[in-house]
Amino acid sequence: MHNHTSAEITLNINNEDRTVYVRNADTLLYALREKLGLTGAKPGCLNGDCGACTIIVDGDPMKSCLMLAVEAQGKSIITVEGLQNTAIQTEFIDKFAFQCGYCTPGFIMNCHALMTKYPDADDSVIKDWLESNICRCTGYQEIEAAIKAALAAAKGEPG
Amino acid sequence: MLSFDFEYYKPASIDEAVQLFQSLDRQGKNPSYISGGTELITLGRVNKIVTGAVIDIKAIPECLVLEKQGTQLVFGAAQSLTVVREKQFFPLLSKAIVEIADHTARNKITLGGNICANIIYREAVLPLLLTDSTLAVAGLNGLIQYPINDIFQQTLQLDRGEFLVQVITHKQETELPFVCLKKRRQWDVGYPLLTAAALNKNGQIKLAISGLCSFPFRDKRMEYSLNNRSLSMKARIEEAVSRIPAPVLNDVHGSAEYRVFVLENTLQEILAEWEGAGDA
Amino acid sequence: MSQSIGKSIYRKEALEKVTGKAKYTDDYPAAGTLHVKLAVSPYAHARIIAIDTSKAGEVPGVRAILLGQPFPLTGEEIKDRPPLAFERVRYHGEPVAAVVADTPHQAKRAAELIAVTYEPLPVINSPREALQPDAVLIHENLETYEKIEHVYPEAKTNIADRTKIRKGNMEQGWTESDVTLEASFSLSPSDHIAMETRCVTAEIRPDGFVVFSSSTQSPYMIMELMSRYFQLEKGKIIVNTPFVGGGYGGKVAVQLELIAYLATLAVGGRPVKLLNTREEDMITSPVHIGLDADIKLGATQEGKLKVAQITYLFDTGAYSDKGVTISRAAAITCTGPYQLENIWCDSLCVYTNHPYATAYRGFSHAELLFVFERAMDMLAKKLNIDPLELRRINAFLPGATTPTQIRLNESTVGNLPQCIDRLKQLMNWKEGQVTQVNGRKIRVKGVSCIWKTSTIDTEASSGVVLTFNVDGSVNILSGIVEIGTGTKTILAQLLAEKLKMDIKKIHVKMEVDTQTTPKHWKTVASRGTLMAGRALLKAADDAVVQLKDTASRVLMCSPDDLEVANDMIYVRDEPDTFIHVKDVCHGYKYPSGHSIGGQVIGRGNYILRHLTHIDHETGAGRPGPEYTVGAQGVEVEFDTKEFTYKVLKAFAVIDIGKVLNKKAAEGQVMGAMSMGLNFGSSETFVVSDDGIILNPRLRTYVPFRYGDHPEYLVHFLETPHIDGPFGARGVGEHGLIGMPAALANSLSIASGVELTMLPLTPESIWKETGGG
Ligand SMILES: Cc1cc2nc3c(=O)[nH]c(=O)nc-3n(C[C@H](O)[C@H](O)[C@H](O)COP(=O)(O)OP(=O)(O)OC[C@H]3O[C@@H](n4cnc5c(N)ncnc54)[C@H](O)[C@@H]3O)c2cc1C
Ligand code: FES
Ligand code: FES
Repeated sequence: MHNHTSAEITLNINNEDRTVYVRNADTLLYALREKLGLTGAKPGCLNGDCGACTIIVDGDPMKSCLMLAVEAQGKSIITVEGLQNTAIQTEFIDKFAFQCGYCTPGFIMNCHALMTKYPDADDSVIKDWLESNICRCTGYQEIEAAIKAALAAAKGEPG
Repeated sequence: MLSFDFEYYKPASIDEAVQLFQSLDRQGKNPSYISGGTELITLGRVNKIVTGAVIDIKAIPECLVLEKQGTQLVFGAAQSLTVVREKQFFPLLSKAIVEIADHTARNKITLGGNICANIIYREAVLPLLLTDSTLAVAGLNGLIQYPINDIFQQTLQLDRGEFLVQVITHKQETELPFVCLKKRRQWDVGYPLLTAAALNKNGQIKLAISGLCSFPFRDKRMEYSLNNRSLSMKARIEEAVSRIPAPVLNDVHGSAEYRVFVLENTLQEILAEWEGAGDA
Repeated sequence: MSQSIGKSIYRKEALEKVTGKAKYTDDYPAAGTLHVKLAVSPYAHARIIAIDTSKAGEVPGVRAILLGQPFPLTGEEIKDRPPLAFERVRYHGEPVAAVVADTPHQAKRAAELIAVTYEPLPVINSPREALQPDAVLIHENLETYEKIEHVYPEAKTNIADRTKIRKGNMEQGWTESDVTLEASFSLSPSDHIAMETRCVTAEIRPDGFVVFSSSTQSPYMIMELMSRYFQLEKGKIIVNTPFVGGGYGGKVAVQLELIAYLATLAVGGRPVKLLNTREEDMITSPVHIGLDADIKLGATQEGKLKVAQITYLFDTGAYSDKGVTISRAAAITCTGPYQLENIWCDSLCVYTNHPYATAYRGFSHAELLFVFERAMDMLAKKLNIDPLELRRINAFLPGATTPTQIRLNESTVGNLPQCIDRLKQLMNWKEGQVTQVNGRKIRVKGVSCIWKTSTIDTEASSGVVLTFNVDGSVNILSGIVEIGTGTKTILAQLLAEKLKMDIKKIHVKMEVDTQTTPKHWKTVASRGTLMAGRALLKAADDAVVQLKDTASRVLMCSPDDLEVANDMIYVRDEPDTFIHVKDVCHGYKYPSGHSIGGQVIGRGNYILRHLTHIDHETGAGRPGPEYTVGAQGVEVEFDTKEFTYKVLKAFAVIDIGKVLNKKAAEGQVMGAMSMGLNFGSSETFVVSDDGIILNPRLRTYVPFRYGDHPEYLVHFLETPHIDGPFGARGVGEHGLIGMPAALANSLSIASGVELTMLPLTPESIWKETGGG
């Protein structure tokens, strides 16, 4: 097998250019975790179903198990490691919106993108977006409280 | 995780893509176009898609067009379902899209990829069948437009090496009253038990269904029955159901009998939308 | 005033979890690690005729290929399972071979190339089928398997175990009854779906130590079982467990560790990693048990229960591992939480050709309560008595005896009548159970009572070590695994309360390392708080003695005169005479340079008291420490035409003894309720006639998603369990166990038919109402 099936690529992750050698067949999730040590995005199904691997690509939430690493060249990638002290992280803690924490980075990335894109998101937009992730520990009510409080906080309203 | 390896190409023009396919095919690499690429990954991991070379069409400008051109709406095949939906050019298409997969997945799944998908649902096709949309297909003979109802027979009938570039829909068709109902086994996300989309053109109902049989379809005989106002609403539905063009699916989502039960209810809902509750 | 107890203290690991820094087993760097991939059976029951590994062996990077061997056989109570199938596969998804290779994709490629020739055998698809006289035997040599003492496999049958409850006099019970009710129920196996799929790494060090890292709920059981199965020296087995991404019972089983050990052995001890795909996690690894059941109740006209006769047929699948323990637990609490003098119950653990079962949150109680509480509603209807009233009339009270003939008191059982009354208020019960919404839709309420004890090993114990840092802060070391229950934060709260110190100065070590962390039996059965909590309080006492000892010499008084609080050790009636904890907790140094004391290290342990095995003929015995009780309900909106529904509200009133952390407790209960509703409404494996699981992935196996959830209303009562830390009772599972029954009760009223199967999909309701 001659080697056009793997390549050195550059990815912009959390505002840094990172060069990495991947198989064309490697998913972005695999590259992030196994090649770049960014293990915040989690494998849950590798099939696009659970959302545990969600990151933000060019402003949109993306299941990194559904994207090849080579497809991500030239795009701006944000992983949970790139978020600090955001409103949604604070509210996840305050509202007890996680237990085992495994789904949490994915949920937070999705919520963060939602807040950026739709600061006025209503219930139906929130549902449409957050349906993309599965949490088995909470009853989702806590996650609902967290996203609503974070949206309110971002608007300067009392949570 | 994919256990096979492939070359990856991202051509910048239609021509380049077509030529690449030909040459890779000649080299025996069994090339495959991808658009969203989600099936390459999800079916690839169980080896239901295996390829030695991937041609990503997301850098081809024609595949990314999304605009109104005179009386027509043009949708590039490589646009994500989310972007197509957010444009709100075509309310029925937007409605069909919002029930496919989930929001995050729709950021990756594309219109063209869904139409060409290997999975049996291909729900984005339904609005296109109802509006007699046109598909622009690229191949060795250049870019050719086909009426969807000719070229989509259970699946999109492409010759080897051809790929879908655009979907073109008449603006006036997109303004007609519609109903689109997705029924699932349980809860709000997931594959359909069945999805029925209907359009009302001058009092004539057009109907397309996904999930009922092993392919999405629009069936003229079923439409005829539904529109046969000489019969009672109940009889129209019964007749339409008797004309389902292929075996009804019996799978993890539901039995064939249950699907028929759900279809009857769904058809009632559709008729009720335009004709009131009736006698059903 | 309470320092910490009852407050909604944030999880100690909260920041790590919201920043993605919390590490789970697969998150540790794998440089130098080889990867294991399984080849699994596509058949539910077949003879293995041949295995050809030649093509697989040619894949670059492959270091070893393992196939099944006759020994060792494994299993917690009956050794009936080879880690890799040998000569025969007994369920769809069973591991048949394991490939070890340099990279995950090489291992996968090779595993795909292993060619196995099978000869299909007849398939058994339910416990009822398994008990037919002509049923094929899944374990032909059942009687030859090694087993523990208290399990009773029945030779030449598919019965792995039978637990009997014989209480009172059945004949008298029937005579005293005016009304009887008979019904049968069933539910098929399903899965836990922890978001983190199971993962394990293993290596054998040059010095012979076998080191695992595993996403497990029971690191200490891995030590125990590895040594039992492979004759390894226990002290030379080390198990590390970092954060675990959800368990719900599913990560109690020891399975992948066995294969990982064989794999590392095959490559000279080099580190190997085995990470389940979702599909493997759902069917190759053990699942949530299924059940067929028959029940007959007798009661007086006034609604007093007189007698219950119950048969539980648990679907343990191909192997008995924990299935026997689960079926035994169901016998022990075989009724709902009611006073019943006459009980006959046979609870069987039955082999089928399904994936094998392991613990699932509630440990058989959601299943048995579905049966019993459905029957209670049917009985209420027959007697024309309000269903909650019927439950109140029969509610288990202190002084009554359990099915295993143990008399409970105010400490060992909570206050059920009060739970029922509170539920009535919360649900606005007097409004009635059914409200018409419009021509098609109705709103309907359904209820269930709950109780549960934990049937755990009689010698289960827990240890805690407290080490003091030079700044006076304290580290808690406990073998509890942080699977999401927040128990380690509760331990910090207990310690803050006990030492009257700021919880910020209490640090909790989240990871477990069996070599350095004191043992906690298993992180299961809602027992973490009781056992580790008691151990912690004892360790705190031990530390206080040490602090006071040193301080008494500095302050020149008796230790008895001293008090520890607010980072100080002071003379009780002269608080101005004090010394800071930080100045004594690593020894005290006099101005002269002489020093006394040393690092304060508190030790504590706890072992459950007076637990016994149950009698094989009658079931008499004390299997668990105390019973948590509660009452639950749901309100659904039901479409009478399409049989679809939405759960609008879900209620739980649980007597948890003492609320230690309000939001955390509510979260545990809501999460459990969500899981129970999900299991009741949509979760199930869809199994073909030939035993193939048709939906082993999340695309087609439907978990709740955001927005499917109802509004949760959770209330707590506080009847103290005197043995529990500050009176607390277990609560991790109880939110789940009444939900399927409550849902089924509401939908039975809504649909007008007595529903007998789970899950309650619109199609299954349609079918039971005569559709199709
Ligand atoms: C979580 C999840 C849930 C889903 N739920 C649904 C659902 O409810 N309903 C539904 O309909 N679908 C659903 N799908 C399936 C989804 O529709 C397919 O994965 C998707 O449509 C493929 O789109 P894609 O753009 O990623 O296509 P790709 O993976 O790029 O391609 C799909 C197939 O089409 C071919 N192809 C792609 N583009 C072209 C082109 N322009 N010309 C010719 N051939 C082309 C490819 O070679 C490939 O064989 C779901 C998918 C996921 C991940
Ligand atoms: S791992 Fe990507 S969606 Fe589950
Ligand atoms: S917190 Fe465990 S899955 Fe969401």
